[in-house]
Amino acid sequence: MSDEQKALVQIRDLHFSRGSKNIFRGLTVDIPRGKVTTILGPSGTGKTTLLKMIGGQLPASKGTIHVDGLEVGKLKRRELYELRKRLGMLFQSGALLTDLSVFENIAFPLREHTRLPESLISHLVLMRLHAVGLRGARDLSPSELSGGMARRAALARALVFDPMMIMYDEPFTGQDPISMGILLELIKTVNGALGLTSLMVSHDLNEALSISDYAVIISEGVVVEAGSPEQLRTSDSEWVQQFLQGKPDGPVPFQAAAPDYETELLGGVRS
Amino acid sequence: MIDLVQRFGLFWLNILASLGRASMFLAQMVTALPSLLKRPSLTVRELYSTGVKTLSIILVSGLFVGMVLALQGYNILIDFGQENRTGTLVALTLVRELGPVVAGLLFAGRAGSAMTAEIGLMKATEQLSGLEMMAVDPFKRVYAPRFLAGCLSLPMLAAMFSAIGAFGGYLLSVEVLGVDASAYWSLMQSSVSFTSDVGNGLVKGAVFGFVVTWIAIFQGAECIPTSEGVSSATTRTVVYSSLAILALDFLLTAIMF
Repeated sequence: MSDEQKALVQIRDLHFSRGSKNIFRGLTVDIPRGKVTTILGPSGTGKTTLLKMIGGQLPASKGTIHVDGLEVGKLKRRELYELRKRLGMLFQSGALLTDLSVFENIAFPLREHTRLPESLISHLVLMRLHAVGLRGARDLSPSELSGGMARRAALARALVFDPMMIMYDEPFTGQDPISMGILLELIKTVNGALGLTSLMVSHDLNEALSISDYAVIISEGVVVEAGSPEQLRTSDSEWVQQFLQGKPDGPVPFQAAAPDYETELLGGVRS
Repeated sequence: MIDLVQRFGLFWLNILASLGRASMFLAQMVTALPSLLKRPSLTVRELYSTGVKTLSIILVSGLFVGMVLALQGYNILIDFGQENRTGTLVALTLVRELGPVVAGLLFAGRAGSAMTAEIGLMKATEQLSGLEMMAVDPFKRVYAPRFLAGCLSLPMLAAMFSAIGAFGGYLLSVEVLGVDASAYWSLMQSSVSFTSDVGNGLVKGAVFGFVVTWIAIFQGAECIPTSEGVSSATTRTVVYSSLAILALDFLLTAIMF
């Protein structure tokens, strides 16, 4: 199998800026098919932006993104929506619709896109809810769920349409150890059992790497390092080591860019 | 001096850019309207939350405005011996001006602000992004049903405001001040034209409904997705809608009457 066939998402020379800030400056990365891939990087490097660009919510200023052979930037609205039906996305907040119950939230994509009979919708929804352990919470409203439960419900919703890929935006942020364990197990199991491709952006290094087959570290708009979690851990790059070990100072300086300290203190006048 | 000119230019450029975005937004919303035919339940639900839920405030305000008009009108007309014409004064003031305008202002405060806050919070909690990623177009699912419901409910609310106002006028002038009941109703009937008075009042209501709902939905969709952003968008909705209603009312009155 060639690289082209292996990679479900191919990003080439991607440029994107927001205002005067360049978020991506020639980002090139492949997301392999059937694997769990994690994108790591300091805050503000545009990890969530990248997920939105893969889903066609933000246009690239230069470069291309191919998802399953389709160039996202060139798709017409209808084609883009067809592609999105094959992508699931788990937002950091869960993004459940607050005016619907958990059951109706999971049923929502089915009701919007299909004319399935109610009995079948009910079966499909209950199966997904059972898979994430929330069959008993079907009648609750999203505001009654804990953060971890909301994310599991959102995962059930992302799965209900049998997508080819699921994108997870910071799935572990703010989770207690039990919820974190459940999510880790679910992401890993779901990816294997359903033959999905999973793409995750995360700050929680150890947890994310423990279930990842492949990881990419981005910083300053380009890929700094990519490889298996083992390869990253043994990387020679000081930058990578600083990031993985969480050292406060190193190639990424502790101090934000500023004029010389001595000059500023002794100079007296602030320009 | 150059700085001042720059700022002045930037101010107008920003206004023009935002008007352009609002027009594009409106065009997309109107294009999404036909999709509502397939799912009328979406519009019915919004009619309930924008129209029915605003009804109580409209009816109570209408009753009081009608009574105040009757009281003021009676006190003036009695000097000319024309107190029997109180009904005419109340009805014409209501159907031509106060019905659509006050109902519009109340609608902007009650339903418009709620619409902006709801859409703004949907944006802040990523629900709108979530819909897009589920291949559901927010224009068809969220904006268009609210827009249509707003355009349909305000003329009806304005009509109900005028009707209950006329009744309030009756209660005060006939039951309290002793104006003759048959004179109150018959003079009102003979001097209020269905097409040029009631009809034009309904046109005003429809125009205000269109503008208020457009402003409310656009402000919600454009807001900065933070609590501060949602709160200032809600304020903008009420301020812009109220100004738009008053300015358009002058324009429409000048054209229609």
